[in-house]
Amino acid sequence: MGQQAEAILHETEAHDAHHEMSFWDKYIFSVDHKIIGFQYMFTGLIMAAIGGYFAYAFRMQLAWPGEEVPFYGLVDAAKYNMLVTNHGTIMIFWVAMPVLIAAFGNWLIPLMIGCDDMVFPRLNRLSYQIFLVSALVLILSFFVTGGGFGGAWTSYPPLSAVAAYNLTNWGASLWLLAVFLEIVAFLLGGINFVTTTMNARAPGMGMMDIPIVVWMINIAVILFMASVGPLVAGAVMLFFDQRLGTSFFIPSGGGDPLLWEHLFWFFGHPEVYVVLLPTMGIVAEIITVFSRKKLFGYRTILYTAFGTGGLSFIVWAHHQFVAGIDPRMANVFVVTTILISIPIAEMLFSFIATLYGGSIEFSTPMLWALGFLVSFLIGGVTGIYLGASALDVYFHDSYFVIAHFHYTFFPITIIGMFAAITYWFPKMFGRMMDETLNKIHFWGTFIPFNGLFLPLFLVGMAGQHRRIADFTQYPDLASPDLQSIRIFATVSLVILLLFQFVFIYNFFNSMFKGKKAPLNPWKANTLEWTVSSPPPHGNFAELPTIYRGPYEYSVPGREEDYWPQHLAPNQ
Amino acid sequence: MKWSLLQHLLVAGEVNLENRPKRKPIVPSGVFGMVIFIITEVMFFSGLVSAYLIIRAGLEEWPPWGQPRLPIESTAFNTLLLIISAFAVYQSRKFLKNNLITKASQFHLGAILLGFCFLVLQGYEWVQLLQFGMTLSSSVYGALFYLIIGAHGLHVFGALVLMTYGFIHFKREKSFETISSNLLPMQILWYFVVGIWPLLYTLVYLI
Repeated sequence: MGQQAEAILHETEAHDAHHEMSFWDKYIFSVDHKIIGFQYMFTGLIMAAIGGYFAYAFRMQLAWPGEEVPFYGLVDAAKYNMLVTNHGTIMIFWVAMPVLIAAFGNWLIPLMIGCDDMVFPRLNRLSYQIFLVSALVLILSFFVTGGGFGGAWTSYPPLSAVAAYNLTNWGASLWLLAVFLEIVAFLLGGINFVTTTMNARAPGMGMMDIPIVVWMINIAVILFMASVGPLVAGAVMLFFDQRLGTSFFIPSGGGDPLLWEHLFWFFGHPEVYVVLLPTMGIVAEIITVFSRKKLFGYRTILYTAFGTGGLSFIVWAHHQFVAGIDPRMANVFVVTTILISIPIAEMLFSFIATLYGGSIEFSTPMLWALGFLVSFLIGGVTGIYLGASALDVYFHDSYFVIAHFHYTFFPITIIGMFAAITYWFPKMFGRMMDETLNKIHFWGTFIPFNGLFLPLFLVGMAGQHRRIADFTQYPDLASPDLQSIRIFATVSLVILLLFQFVFIYNFFNSMFKGKKAPLNPWKANTLEWTVSSPPPHGNFAELPTIYRGPYEYSVPGREEDYWPQHLAPNQ
Repeated sequence: MKWSLLQHLLVAGEVNLENRPKRKPIVPSGVFGMVIFIITEVMFFSGLVSAYLIIRAGLEEWPPWGQPRLPIESTAFNTLLLIISAFAVYQSRKFLKNNLITKASQFHLGAILLGFCFLVLQGYEWVQLLQFGMTLSSSVYGALFYLIIGAHGLHVFGALVLMTYGFIHFKREKSFETISSNLLPMQILWYFVVGIWPLLYTLVYLI
């Protein structure tokens, strides 16, 4: 260990020397922001595979209840609960956050603002290491006695607090520990992101010259930092309830179970915008580049993002409309909840206005970005029904809710992730992805995605409740009509998952055998396209100077239709 | 070697490349990072405080029957110790500004010692409360006390470890400017830890 640390020390001291580093120093204990970004990305992708596998297992159970699931086995009620709980937890905490914020934040922020590394590189490395431990703890929790935690990703007490109720004595505690560690990891990373963006921009880059995606990641990080405190407090209290015999959330001991719901959702709702905003940024970058137009309303988008962030702190109680909240209080939260759709809609309108009249090129990243707009719109519009407390009393905890938030989270997480990967792949690995396979993968994901979640709106409106492993026990829900809809959804999921193999093959094949990528394959303006691909340690051979904003496309009187940020006005 | 290993693992200092112009940000990165961290901490303590208020509002009897009262006077003295230590830090910064490094280091050390006194006295208080039958599981009253005061105590401990680590800057660095800027983030953390204590004291002990 001593020698190893010395080697690292040596590496940072001889930062510029570009001497050959061992595999461990270069890829495992690296302080380079790009390597840490890759570490986050690959860990996130592996976790996504686990989350997808869980979804496959419980959807198969819903379609053919009580039958053995191929490649998994029998799904009983306990296993079903464990699968849905950890599917949700993994997809939000170990896929959406590490890939969208940590991976692309790490990768893009220094390159896009023109600096050589994060301001606190070693804090950055520590952040990933804690994150990795958190992922391992979560995976460990699946294998302890009693199995993984099954009290839903929201983990409501007293179910989650008392082992005699949830029957997962260690699974519940390890789950909580994993979430806690994951939050610590993102705190360290987040401090780094904001400090780097504020303090390490290239000369000439004013606040309004920062690419939107960097802004969005920063706003998301600030939202996260400001909202996560109460959740940490609640998690510690819940852990005490589980392990030290306190009763903060147990009514028989004088505690208040509703308190957890408030602490959790005070974080939980801003969290939606924490993952949404980075994808909004990614989509903004892609849409401007592929419609060759200036981004419509840079400042509008920025201010609406701030507005969304502010509003997101006062909407959380719409998750408690049926939990005994005062109806007068509920009315306030109905108003704020409906209100928050305005800035989001404004952002979407800005994107549509950017597309209007542009010379659009339907490359794969653009397809993903447009797919995001379309499907997120459905997610957003159905959210308005759920935000109205009168309707929510009926829809609460039904499959309508599931369909709604998958229409928001799937576009945000999966579509946003593929948009970003296909767009920045040439810079990340120096090679182009195969465009045909990419398009097959896009349609093979986008169509089954709608086939999977559109039917869930229908079964939800028919009254199908969440968290039930076997609907044959309920005569009203066991009708063949509803069952055939469930089977349709499950078949769509299996098709969706199978098409991911196309992506995996294309990803690794292009990484090693793809066509060599030019410096700036999409003819984009932002700074990351000026460095060689993949960018070397230290990124820029010479520190760039910034002369203009990032979206100067099709400027009249200029020969080329793009105008990179670092070119002097006469160039 | 051992020392540099520890330093390497713990310290997240800026890596400066030699051939790059040194940046002069308006707010130094260390201070900026610490301020963001403190925003999170403020929200963490507000979570605890709101939990305290909600649980307490839901109970008829406070403190519950058979549970000891909290020692108001001795903790008031303890509060004073903590506030004096914050002034010691303030004085230490003043001396640094005037380039009196030895004096500054003495005041810095004084602040650390006062902080440790605070922790020791609080530990003594806890032992006594435990003897009177107030434990984590005896009632939600005891649990909230140990949770909130314990969370603050852990923060004091963490900040003290940082401050003690920062003490070596006085020995190593020559320029008072470097010392001052290196110490600032941890001193801000100390101000925060001291500043939040009177609020918690009023809430948990007095009201």
